[in-house]
Amino acid sequence: MESFWTSPAGWTLLTVGQILAVLIWILLSLAFLLLADRKIWAGVQLRKGPNVVGPFGTLQSFADFFKFVLKEIVIPAGADKTVFILAPLVSFTLAFAAWAVMPLAPGWTVANINVGVLYLFAISSLGVYGIIMGGWASNSKYPFLGSLRSAAQMVSYEVSIGFVIVTVILLTGTLNLSQIVAHQAGGFWHWNVLGGGGLAGLPMALVMIPMSVIFFISALAETNRPPFDLPEAESELVAGYQVEYSSTPYLLFMIGEYANIVLMCGLISVLFFGGWQAPFPTPFLAHWAPTAASFFGFFWFFSKIIFFFFMFAMVKAIVPRYRYDQLMRLGWKIFLPTSLVAVVLVAAWRVFGPGAGA
Amino acid sequence: MTALLMNYLPIVIFFAIAGALGAAFILAAAIVAPKAPDPEKLSAYECGFNAFDDARMKFDVRFYLVSILFIIFDLEVAFLFPWAVALMKMPHPTAVFAFWSMMGFLGVLTVGFIYEWRKGALEWE
Repeated sequence: MESFWTSPAGWTLLTVGQILAVLIWILLSLAFLLLADRKIWAGVQLRKGPNVVGPFGTLQSFADFFKFVLKEIVIPAGADKTVFILAPLVSFTLAFAAWAVMPLAPGWTVANINVGVLYLFAISSLGVYGIIMGGWASNSKYPFLGSLRSAAQMVSYEVSIGFVIVTVILLTGTLNLSQIVAHQAGGFWHWNVLGGGGLAGLPMALVMIPMSVIFFISALAETNRPPFDLPEAESELVAGYQVEYSSTPYLLFMIGEYANIVLMCGLISVLFFGGWQAPFPTPFLAHWAPTAASFFGFFWFFSKIIFFFFMFAMVKAIVPRYRYDQLMRLGWKIFLPTSLVAVVLVAAWRVFGPGAGA
Repeated sequence: MTALLMNYLPIVIFFAIAGALGAAFILAAAIVAPKAPDPEKLSAYECGFNAFDDARMKFDVRFYLVSILFIIFDLEVAFLFPWAVALMKMPHPTAVFAFWSMMGFLGVLTVGFIYEWRKGALEWE
């Protein structure tokens, strides 16, 4: 049996199985996180939210899914049909492909590559293509303007996300996401948000706490979430690049958007909050079966994702929308210089601070 | 080499499966959903009247400017990645040298950044 899993056929079967497991897990989580998003939003506004389909509306997302599939796909007469259909597909595929390198639990990674961070950085840059293609192919003014705005906004915040990630890499010395998580073992004071070096690294918390906040806010802008949802500001652009979309192409855009949001929540936990590490030292895991330890880690990772998704939802409900020039100013004039200085500070700490030369 | 490439094969398979899933969603609607197009339904959305001209019009040059700035800074970040990984793996004197070399590089870019700022390239209005 051992030899079967290492043979090409067995390996392919195993990999496809893992990928399907990850995809189904994400899709199921998305169904309920989407509902949670609407419920939280409703709760803040003292409404009930979806409460008809299933107990407390829990099956709302599945009802929505069937509704989408049963609707006509309208392709505008002036649209470029190939690009019009391809755009949501690109958004959807990229949003999910990024999950390939995410360490879900000890040993649970579909592709444990050494340049995981770089891969995620590249995929999230490519995400702009789906939106630009959708906006251009629609051949309608609102989608066109919406996609331009969206692209400019995403690339602006991509830069500060890059610098923030560099500070994390300086602390951990690796681009492998699993190793970044492994580096934060031993309790919450080892997490990168508090300097990543245990008690000796605590002074760096002064830099890393603001960095995690910048990363969180940039993640909001990167995923076009409120308060940065200008591409789809309904009072100005109706629904931005999605105006001409209907049925499942629209659904793909929406799933892609939410998959990206959950990906960003996962990335915040991996880079700053220890990924699948529990917030306390876990020496007892050495006596556990590896599978049990993996589920234990997965529990913490998923809890952190849900916590950050809750933050995303609360920000959506509470914070008013930014104006476009304010958004660009925040990205280029505040986040970029701040994160640039942080890179210098962290590098100096690593080279000249205590523990240097070791 | 093959071992290295084998690490990336799951990503290719992941792309294929995710793409196939997305295509399956679109196909499902294309097969199941009704199709009743008419000229009004297929016209571009324009708040109740017909579009005056083509939507692929001229747009603000600032969007180009932002994308050019993005390329510059994104490249800079791409240069920082390998430096950040290697920094602590070097012996101390080399690390100090690496630190100051990168500070020189960042200094040059900061001068450029200040120039852009003073020129008003970052102003949106």
